[in-house]
Amino acid sequence: MNIKIAETRGDRIFTVCNYIFLSLLVLSVLYPLIYVVSASLSSTKAVASGQVWLFPVDFSLLGYKTIFEYSKIWLGYGNSLFYMIVGTTVNVILTILAAYPLSRKDFYGRGFFMFLFVFTMMFNGGLIPTYLLVSDLGLVNTRWALIIPSALSVFNVIITMSFFRATIPNELLESAQLDGCNDFKFLLKIVLPLSAPIIAVISLFYAVGHWNSYFGALIYLRDASLFPLQLILRDILVQNSVDPAMLGDATQLANKIGLQQLLKYSLIVVSSLPVLIAYPFVQKYFVKGVMIGSLKG
Amino acid sequence: MNVTRVVADKTTISEVKLKNKKSFLTKIKKSWQLYVLFILPLTYILVFQYYPMYGASIAFKNFDPVLGIGGSPWVGFEHFKKFFESYDFVRVLKNTLLLSLYSLIAGFPLPILLALSLNYVYSKRFKKAAQLITYAPHFISVVVMVGIIFMILDPRGPLNSILSLFGVKEEINFMGEAGYFKSIYVLSGIWQNVGFGCIIYLAALTGISPELHEAAIVDGASKIRRIWHIDIPGIMQTAVLVLILNMGSFLDTGFEKVLLMQNPLNISSSQVIDTYVYNVGLVSALPQYSYAAAIGLFKSLVAFILIIASNKLAKKVGQDGLW
Repeated sequence: MNIKIAETRGDRIFTVCNYIFLSLLVLSVLYPLIYVVSASLSSTKAVASGQVWLFPVDFSLLGYKTIFEYSKIWLGYGNSLFYMIVGTTVNVILTILAAYPLSRKDFYGRGFFMFLFVFTMMFNGGLIPTYLLVSDLGLVNTRWALIIPSALSVFNVIITMSFFRATIPNELLESAQLDGCNDFKFLLKIVLPLSAPIIAVISLFYAVGHWNSYFGALIYLRDASLFPLQLILRDILVQNSVDPAMLGDATQLANKIGLQQLLKYSLIVVSSLPVLIAYPFVQKYFVKGVMIGSLKG
Repeated sequence: MNVTRVVADKTTISEVKLKNKKSFLTKIKKSWQLYVLFILPLTYILVFQYYPMYGASIAFKNFDPVLGIGGSPWVGFEHFKKFFESYDFVRVLKNTLLLSLYSLIAGFPLPILLALSLNYVYSKRFKKAAQLITYAPHFISVVVMVGIIFMILDPRGPLNSILSLFGVKEEINFMGEAGYFKSIYVLSGIWQNVGFGCIIYLAALTGISPELHEAAIVDGASKIRRIWHIDIPGIMQTAVLVLILNMGSFLDTGFEKVLLMQNPLNISSSQVIDTYVYNVGLVSALPQYSYAAAIGLFKSLVAFILIIASNKLAKKVGQDGLW
């Protein structure tokens, strides 16, 4: 739309209204985030008495200092990193192993297997039978409980399969086969190097999923040393239970309560940091993923 | 003569059968390498998706961990009956339906408005910034999301301070009142997902031929008219498809979020089917596995029917649907 025709009055009014609407919308999305960051940078007193509403009041880094000394949080951070890295690796490998054969037209039984996979998106056994299975397999209260039961997402298999179908031409396979290349070699040496974009997209989907999930840990883990960050966050942010011994030398009760409040704000900032730092760089991949996913598999 | 013909026929039939069998085997043999690749994901799907479907049969039994799924005695539809006749049934079903309907309807228009609005922003920088900011909450974890809700709605939090500016004198304990629960759930969901939801409409808008707009401009159509006559019809199909597909996942209320927001004060309006299954089956001191599994199975079945129906509907309005 490069044509420049003088805008009519009505259109100018529209443009102004549009900018106002959009600004208001953006501000209302932004405000809670700004509030949390500002509160995390304020003093305990200002937070406890509700003085903060936009900018930090009595600038202080006490909240962050407290987090550094709160060892449970760092344990959770480490656990979450482990679940995210190992879990995503398993996820991506399994997804490719499933998606590649399904993308091949000469894969005998493809239609049947496709149905087998897609059906699980429409119907499932439910929470209780899955829990009983995981517990029968002896996975409860082990790190594997957060990795194996969620090892594959059929949705990601479908978008990966569509990508393979669209980008790996059949001629490539035929000529490779003529040169005596087998399927393993073809997948490893030719398909994978061509699939960097889709691997990026599904890795991101899986990684964010692992980092943000708490429910698996809630039902499968008992041992606090295995807890991921989100479960520890749940205790502090939602259940409101902070280990007083972790709050250092704040001796007076009033101080402790104030600190407990402050801790929450800085905790939100610290825990969301990895995702939010990576976010502007990976945003386009997510958008790409949404677009691939919205096309028919 | 006839006999020989029959014999001849038989041999051809068996030859054909043999050939078929042979080709079946050769076909499998031919793609054995693909089967080797496929074995691991297939095992996962069979064990972690299909075995629980078999396990769901405990809904018709009195599950005893010692006897196992196969050995537990059958009781037929007893658990279903118990659920349908219980006092909780109406309440839980009502909450689930209301919450789903509320999210579906309230969450539908805003992403479209946002996409239309972004489409008429000519400053690239402002557009990029607006997209970056509105997409961001999508990546906040559900725990942090609920944490932020609690903070903003705290009796001493910013919302109450803002309300007091407008003359509301009493501090409102939003999380403590059942009446507010559904609105809080739905509005915070919109806050988190409006940006992400608009991506698909933006894509549909870029698919509209610019010639239509040029012609309309030449004809002197105002922007409002162009939105009404070009943009909205252009994204109509996408909108209908989104609405129908959302209907397919109608009962999947954001279980993890509801569970976190639930407290004894708002339970009367926050208990949905999924949280009920969790509370009955896994939390209570005497876990009623079979009863909970029956409720879960009931939900899975209804959800299944909804997905099939919505997909049929999507096909009827001329879309491809999910498959």
